[in-house]
Amino acid sequence: MNSSSQDHENEKSGSESPQAGLSGRRDQLNRTLNERKQEEASASRRSKGSATGYAQAVKMSSEFIAGIIVGAGIGWLLDEWLGTSPFGLIVFLLLGFVAGVLNVLRAAGQIAEPGATPPKQDDGKD
Amino acid sequence: MANDPIHQFQIQKIFPIEVGGMDLSFTNSSLFMVATVAAASAFLILTTSGRGLVPTRLQSVSEMAYEFVAGMLRDAAGSEGMRFFPMVFSLFMFVLVANLFGMFPYFFTVTSHIIVTFALAMLVILTVVFYGFMRNGMGFLKLFVPDGVPAALIPLVTMIEIISFLSRPISLSVRLFANMLAGHITLKVFSGFVVSLSTLGAVGIFGAVLPLGMTVALTALEFLVAFLQAYVFTVLTCMYLNDAIHPSH
Repeated sequence: MNSSSQDHENEKSGSESPQAGLSGRRDQLNRTLNERKQEEASASRRSKGSATGYAQAVKMSSEFIAGIIVGAGIGWLLDEWLGTSPFGLIVFLLLGFVAGVLNVLRAAGQIAEPGATPPKQDDGKD
Repeated sequence: MANDPIHQFQIQKIFPIEVGGMDLSFTNSSLFMVATVAAASAFLILTTSGRGLVPTRLQSVSEMAYEFVAGMLRDAAGSEGMRFFPMVFSLFMFVLVANLFGMFPYFFTVTSHIIVTFALAMLVILTVVFYGFMRNGMGFLKLFVPDGVPAALIPLVTMIEIISFLSRPISLSVRLFANMLAGHITLKVFSGFVVSLSTLGAVGIFGAVLPLGMTVALTALEFLVAFLQAYVFTVLTCMYLNDAIHPSH
């Protein structure tokens, strides 16, 4: 960073009028503070992603398995009640797989939540 | 017997109680649930009883827990979600303290039984469903019909969304239960290696250093997981409550 040279300039202008020097220095400080905040934010985001990889794995798999279990459960119950065995199980097991994939994509942040506001990036559209 | 990694999860009756043919015995699981609630309440009440404007160390721990959950709920569900704060905070403290209790040797881990975590998850989801219908009426069903879907696909997409919604309590409970169960089994297996290797003489004792180091590392990991799972459970609770308050923004 070439902040030292800019500091020099600020000090020079500060000698002319104290008001301009102070506001210039404040702008300068704000700029460096913003830069540092952004760096820290991105760093924390990165470390969060890597440190909780294990938790992420369990999360994804439980989302996927839960979708399948619920799909199969609904299909089996429908078969029991309506006597349509085995078609209910077949159809709802497949729907359960789809729901599982949807859950995983949602958990990974690739697809927006059902009631969420429009996604921040364009690639998040479903 | 001492080396059986599953033995720690067995339910034992302490006071057998039977009401109308139903087994309502007070078990070791019930004992640790009571202990969890008592410990969490006692900690919060005792540490905040001073009400110092400048908090003592323990009071600031309680305040941190409060701020942490309040911030999480406000971020996820807005200020309107704060009416659920007592429930969310109780859930967080219960899961966290139960997980941490499980880290004591010879203690029973309440959250390693899926029926316990499933009951907690059902509490959350039923709250979401009841409050969602109470507040939004039939508008709550908009949750299952995403915007901008072609009319021909709506039945299929709605079906998938409903299955996805119903899978929430299952994934919520399975995640907490699986993490606690797997962690405690791994810990027990590795510490079992230490015992069985060290009976093999001098070579075995040197070899036992490796699983011992692994056990120490896993214990640290388990503390992290205990906290992380309580956090994840609470965050998802907040997100689901947000769905009940705002089914479609």
